[in-house]
Amino acid sequence: MGWTTLLLALREIRRNLMRSFLTVLGIVIGVAAVVTMVTLGNGATQSVSDQISSLGSNLLMVRPGQRMGPGSSSSGAPAFGMDDVEAIKSQIGSLNAVAPSVSRSVVLVVGTRNWMSSITGTDSEYFAAGNWTLAEGRAFYVSEERAGKAVCVIGATVQKELFGERSPVGEEMRIKNFSCEVIGVLAAKGQSGMGRDQDDTVLMPLRAVQRRLTGKQDVNMILVSMADGASSEDVIADIKALMRERRKLADNEDDNFDVMDTKEIAKTLSGAIGTMTALLGAVAAVSLLVGGIGIMNIMLVSVTERTREIGIRLAIGALEKEVLMQFLTEAVVLSAFGGLIGILLAALACYGLSSLLGLPFLFDPAINLLAFGFSAAIGVIFGYVPARRAARLDPIEALRHE
Amino acid sequence: MNQSNLSAAAAPIITLSAITKTYGQGQAAFQALGGVDLSVQQGEFVAIMGPSGSGKSTAMNILGCLDTPTSGAYIFDGQHVENLSRDQRALLRRDYLGFVFQGFNLLARTSALENIELPLLYRGESAEARHRTAKAALASVGLNGWEHHTSSELSGGQQQRVAIARAIVTNPKVLLADEPTGNLDSKRGHEIMDLLVGMNRDQGITILMVTHEPDIAAYAKRIVHFVDGHVESDTANSKHDSAKDEHG
Repeated sequence: MGWTTLLLALREIRRNLMRSFLTVLGIVIGVAAVVTMVTLGNGATQSVSDQISSLGSNLLMVRPGQRMGPGSSSSGAPAFGMDDVEAIKSQIGSLNAVAPSVSRSVVLVVGTRNWMSSITGTDSEYFAAGNWTLAEGRAFYVSEERAGKAVCVIGATVQKELFGERSPVGEEMRIKNFSCEVIGVLAAKGQSGMGRDQDDTVLMPLRAVQRRLTGKQDVNMILVSMADGASSEDVIADIKALMRERRKLADNEDDNFDVMDTKEIAKTLSGAIGTMTALLGAVAAVSLLVGGIGIMNIMLVSVTERTREIGIRLAIGALEKEVLMQFLTEAVVLSAFGGLIGILLAALACYGLSSLLGLPFLFDPAINLLAFGFSAAIGVIFGYVPARRAARLDPIEALRHE
Repeated sequence: MNQSNLSAAAAPIITLSAITKTYGQGQAAFQALGGVDLSVQQGEFVAIMGPSGSGKSTAMNILGCLDTPTSGAYIFDGQHVENLSRDQRALLRRDYLGFVFQGFNLLARTSALENIELPLLYRGESAEARHRTAKAALASVGLNGWEHHTSSELSGGQQQRVAIARAIVTNPKVLLADEPTGNLDSKRGHEIMDLLVGMNRDQGITILMVTHEPDIAAYAKRIVHFVDGHVESDTANSKHDSAKDEHG
């Protein structure tokens, strides 16, 4: 009986193909929207955590000024200097690397090609702090750092744009009014989740940047990489105490610097994305509900249209539950079909949107199964009332129905 | 099978005693049946006649276990069925009764064979058994080769034949026919009646038939007249054999 009921339902759906399709459109759109939202949301979360971890593991960023709240601009707050970097290095324990960072946007010129990129002045500890490895060449020598020699390590994108296929090591690159020898190429990290190309970067010794580009002794940011197993709370507290002391802040004064923990950022961002995803998913779920009402509506129409058929079936000896099952099966098959089409549509949409938004496409079987199950459940819930109406018809009345 | 000898000895297949049916309540109450007694032996062919409003359709619905009486007793094949639940009555119809309607009542857009298979489907028979039995039933009403035509592709007479095949495919004890020739011209009507008479004679199926046409009722062996919710007359049909010969 079960198999026959299923075949019967399929045939009934095929008979009114256009109507069936329009009926399930609500479910299709609902499922597609929910699955797309959740899949893209997962992709966004993944990409944020990838990006954060590619910044460096256990990385803290110390900047002058406050991150948020009143007076969050860094104006007024004194910049850091190399002495602050040295102080952190010498006075704070359980650290892997401490690197200064000063960044400037510049135009790089090689032969007839030029490329806009950002130069970061730093030292060799930057490689360890930022999780960078070299694809080619070498890092800075200490002597070059001390002398502020114009040597640079370039990112993969810069290499591609300016040198194409050939090896840049040993070549000269012109930056503003000086030229700079390329001594190494960083291994590619790829696009970051927020659309920023991490490989579009040039590293130079700090002193070279300070002297030739910024003209100041300032350090914009200090990157601190903690040793594995170090407690980030303790390290942050130590750095804060040290910096307050060095900046001579009274007890009643707020910090005029900020220590950001990348893990914290990752957590915050993932949390925000998760909330957004849940919210959008909930909105999309409403359309599933609307789709269910659409199914109920058409099933009620169908029961009225087929009153005579129901009368015949009942007169011939169909039990109430058999008629109920027939119409319930029809509703469930309809909505499950809608769910399937929605999932296919969502896969297409996710594929297209993820490449458009630069997010990874993470196929999540759980959400797809859930969406399918949910759509089938909607068939049961919204098909029940029409099916029960059909089952409870009086055979005599039903046979008389025109 | 010779019913006239058997019927005296065997218990009747259908016994109605003091059956009443009242629709509505209080002032608006309408008594469609006011104490009907009727007993039908196995193998009988009974025509139920009467003007509209006489209660014959109500009686037919109760006889067919589509409806329950307000009071009175209905004994079908030795069992009280007047107080059965909906589903119990459905099972009774499924197993022992066959229905033929005035409007044929075939499923639209469904082949003749599938229409005939429908009762077997609810009896849970296998697809293979359903096919075989339904094909035989279709052949028995003279429609060999029309298996895959849908009802809209069949003439009225053919549709009623398919409906009869559907009614008898389960070998019911009783066939209930409600104005089976009402939607047919007289030639087709007589063909249908010949078919029913043949089934009654050859297979011993008990037939109860509602009609208001005397020449159709003439095919039956016994004619029951309903007037105002009562059985007014219940007579053996003297013209039975001659009517059959005319058209047979």
